[in-house]
Amino acid sequence: MPREAERLNAEETLLRAAGLSGRLAGPVDFSLDAGECLAITGRSGAGKTLLLRMVADLDPHRGEAWLRGAARSAMPAPVWRRQVVYSAAESGWWAPRVGAHFPSPPGPERLARFGLRDDILEASVAACSTGERQRLALLRALALTPAVLLLDEPTGALDRESVARVEAVLRDYLVAGGAMLLVTHDSGQAERLGTLQCRLHEGALRPA
Amino acid sequence: MTPVSLSVPDLGAAALLIVLDAALSLALGLGLHRQVTVAAARMVVQLVLVGLVLRTVFALGSPALTLAVVLAMVLIAAREVAARPERQLGRFGNLLVGAVVVSLATFLTTMLALTTALRPHPWWQPRAAIPLAGIILGNVLNAASLSLDSLLGGVARERAAIEARLALGEPFRDAIRPLVREAARRGLLPIVNQMSAAGLVTLPGIMTGQILGGMDPMQAVRYQILLMFLLAGGSGLAAAGVALFASRLLSDARQRLRLDRLAG
Repeated sequence: MPREAERLNAEETLLRAAGLSGRLAGPVDFSLDAGECLAITGRSGAGKTLLLRMVADLDPHRGEAWLRGAARSAMPAPVWRRQVVYSAAESGWWAPRVGAHFPSPPGPERLARFGLRDDILEASVAACSTGERQRLALLRALALTPAVLLLDEPTGALDRESVARVEAVLRDYLVAGGAMLLVTHDSGQAERLGTLQCRLHEGALRPA
Repeated sequence: MTPVSLSVPDLGAAALLIVLDAALSLALGLGLHRQVTVAAARMVVQLVLVGLVLRTVFALGSPALTLAVVLAMVLIAAREVAARPERQLGRFGNLLVGAVVVSLATFLTTMLALTTALRPHPWWQPRAAIPLAGIILGNVLNAASLSLDSLLGGVARERAAIEARLALGEPFRDAIRPLVREAARRGLLPIVNQMSAAGLVTLPGIMTGQILGGMDPMQAVRYQILLMFLLAGGSGLAAAGVALFASRLLSDARQRLRLDRLAG
């Protein structure tokens, strides 16, 4: 496709990626509209995490992506990453206290929606359970009101009740016009949240 | 001041102490007698050679030769800085960081001292420039290698935290800043300790040497204060410079954390 036509085509969609390829995955093409969730399953080591990291531009790779028609290569990486937000399976923390990771602290109702206790912002990160940290990381990502969320096993460490809460929050996010790339081992979750479902197999995305 | 000169037989009595060490090792079965004697012999040979080289360089008084000697010392120090950390920046990154920062920090502080405080004639006089560069290099080396080790180890350990910040759209320099700060702090600790303990815990080596050599203690103290300032300046430049430079090499134009450039 000529470059100009490619660009016009991309403008219709919220997020479009073409020819993303790295060491393990690709070339991968996909597009997402507002309200859509592309659920990706696949064996461990198939490159699902690397695919998300490529979309977030966290690893060197080939290919291009567009957000509402604006090419990723034409904007500074932090500007892209503030709108297309990656949340890793293992959350990272850089300050001792939970609250220090939020530019503006989320209110009690917001915390309650995630099933998190009121005083958790005062707690130390080390004292939080893995499940709490996972929900806090998602809360932190959503606080940026991203156009697209890239989620890697967002409920991997959660009990059934918390999974339901998180999925409800994510559904609201989609209804409000967000879009998601969701990597999950749980085929039930892929069905519940995914408007499109794909398997990553031998580096290529195929409809599941 | 007339230097108190030592004759070779004067050293003989002190050399008996090495024999004592070796005897102790034999008596207690420590198995260290060989190492002690070899190390002592090595030390004597190295120092005598350095003394001969310095005497020649001083006698020739050539600026090019002086510069060459200082450059050789800088290169050896840079190699030490590069080799010390457990982790290595690929494609000779450690050596590049070491060479650039060690030479900058050393040249800047040495030049400052030569042109403002010591003012020998000519300003590059080898008798002043070489020993001064040497002592500054020793401290710069220490600060630089501690800082580099701290940064490279920290980056590997804190990968998840750094990438979490990048993924939330923070610029790389913000995401890496706590580690740069920690590395610079680590590099500065030895000279801070040295300054706060100076004179109380130990008499610094230079001052001891000058007092033993017959210099008035107050004169020796002034020399020592000048040196401490120079060492602190050199250490600060080296510690901060290494941390900033190495952190740049760990990122790219897209502000990613490039741990693939780190080996070990």
